[in-house]
Amino acid sequence: MSDLVFKGRAIKLADNISTDDIIPGRFAHLRSNLPELAKHVLEDAAPGFASKAKALSATGEAKVILVAGKNLGLGSSREHAPVVIKMAGVGAILARSAARIFFRNAINQGLPVLLCDTDRIGDGDELEINLTSGKITNLSSGIALTCGKMPPIMSAILKEGGLIPYVRKHKDLVITD
Amino acid sequence: MGKTLAEKILSVKSHCEAEAGDVVIVDVDLAFIQDTTGPLTVRRFKESGFEALARPQQTVIFLDHAAPSPAQQLSNDHVLLRGFGEETGCCIYDVGEGICHQLVAENFASPGDVVVGADSHTITAGALGAFATGMGSSDVAVALALGKIWLRVPESFLINLSGAFARGVYAKDLVLYLIGRIGADGANYKALEFSGEALAEMTISERLTVANMAVEAGAKVGLFPTDEITRDFLREHGRGDKYKPLSADTGANYEQVISVNLDQLEPMLSLPHAVDNVRPVAQVKGVRIQQAFIGTCTNGRLEDLAVAAEIVEGKDRHPTTRLLIAPASRQVLIQAMERGYIQALVGAGAIILPPGCAACLGLHQGVLGDDEVCLSTANRNFRGRMGNPEAEIYLASPATAAASAIRGEITDPREFM
Repeated sequence: MSDLVFKGRAIKLADNISTDDIIPGRFAHLRSNLPELAKHVLEDAAPGFASKAKALSATGEAKVILVAGKNLGLGSSREHAPVVIKMAGVGAILARSAARIFFRNAINQGLPVLLCDTDRIGDGDELEINLTSGKITNLSSGIALTCGKMPPIMSAILKEGGLIPYVRKHKDLVITD
Repeated sequence: MGKTLAEKILSVKSHCEAEAGDVVIVDVDLAFIQDTTGPLTVRRFKESGFEALARPQQTVIFLDHAAPSPAQQLSNDHVLLRGFGEETGCCIYDVGEGICHQLVAENFASPGDVVVGADSHTITAGALGAFATGMGSSDVAVALALGKIWLRVPESFLINLSGAFARGVYAKDLVLYLIGRIGADGANYKALEFSGEALAEMTISERLTVANMAVEAGAKVGLFPTDEITRDFLREHGRGDKYKPLSADTGANYEQVISVNLDQLEPMLSLPHAVDNVRPVAQVKGVRIQQAFIGTCTNGRLEDLAVAAEIVEGKDRHPTTRLLIAPASRQVLIQAMERGYIQALVGAGAIILPPGCAACLGLHQGVLGDDEVCLSTANRNFRGRMGNPEAEIYLASPATAAASAIRGEITDPREFM
């Protein structure tokens, strides 16, 4: 399996998970110490998320797929939110919808966000994700899901592993279509 | 076909005919960071391989979220940012000057500008006809390095405003009503464009309140056309030459049109723990509150303090309710002192906090205790927002907050008028 096609296991979250839920403002003093900050990921909204994700990624068999409902990441522009999700071992995010700043911030970390009908995915389901075709197969239920395409510049950023590696390479922003 | 305001501004700034749905690269007129997102932006900037800012004079650092800092780590973040400011020659507004969005409105944003900030409420400057949008640290780092950014041109919702606010009803009540109607994700990725006869009576302070909260409906930008009120504001703030008339074309294409008659509005509030959980104050009256907080980029301006001072003057806050006041900028604080508002507020038992974000985001100056309830004039009431997931936050206008501080419970401000 390549980076573009991979298997993972779902950890399911509710609708309307805000960036304050993902990393509360009371931990703002830890923002320049990402390993410490990451320990508090989703600590109020989904207690046990960090240990569950750690245990799952430790098996090395599948990536952790964060599966959320609607309007994931609403609120603040803190890029720390997708950063700590990625540090928790999450390899991709699926959501019914995502707030625009969070969506962009996640792609900028090289963390794929795919929008699809996540009501059809249960906690613990095994998923196969094809980033090229945008096809998601729920291996636990057999259901196939498709997600919309992102603009080419976002695919290019994702391909380079995030916005900073993209800019380091291209020294510019380039629209390709 | 005519263009929306968003399409017009982005066409000029991208040097092409931009239409909703296009991805364009635009020149950035102002890029800014603040102290909770700035340190990561500085690190991203350094990782990007660039050494100099594309436009140091159009780059600003604001130290406002932890102001003054309550923790050594945040103090060290301030040290880092001040150092970056010195190295790169950009502008810096240190602790005590005020909230980034207020200072951007007072000193920088002008009609037709593209403003990007590492803060979601960057959107506030849409009140002055600037295409202002919040982004993460990496995007802003790229804006610092290249002086440009990529954007998807948003589809627009036209918000048509008629009538006038009744006594006791304010811009905050309008925007809470709108968010309740649109929903917290109803305008995700979209532009909200305000229009209608009611704008002729709407001050810049009121427009800033409305634009500020457009992001709470998911919007990328909340844009006001410009008029004489905009021109007078810019003139008063020393940049009258930056005024230009700006409005959407007739025949512009809107994804939705939402009409609101201001005559029909009443005082509104958002209930815990969602900004779009909106009801009339009259339906929620009587809920006990332990803290009222008047301030923030939504409602910490002179007009807001004037309304609060008028309500509390000669009275005392309820003995079990703290009343916190945080002016949005040093200029606001000075003017509020000159006009006697601070005297009236402190006379009623208010605590005056330094100009800055204060209690809004839970890192200092008014963190709530377990099961405490705060009525705040801020823009977010997510669980844990004010530092404690066991507390509850209601959002309302400064008038509702002031009236509620006197009674110790959620109160319709019209009872004090």
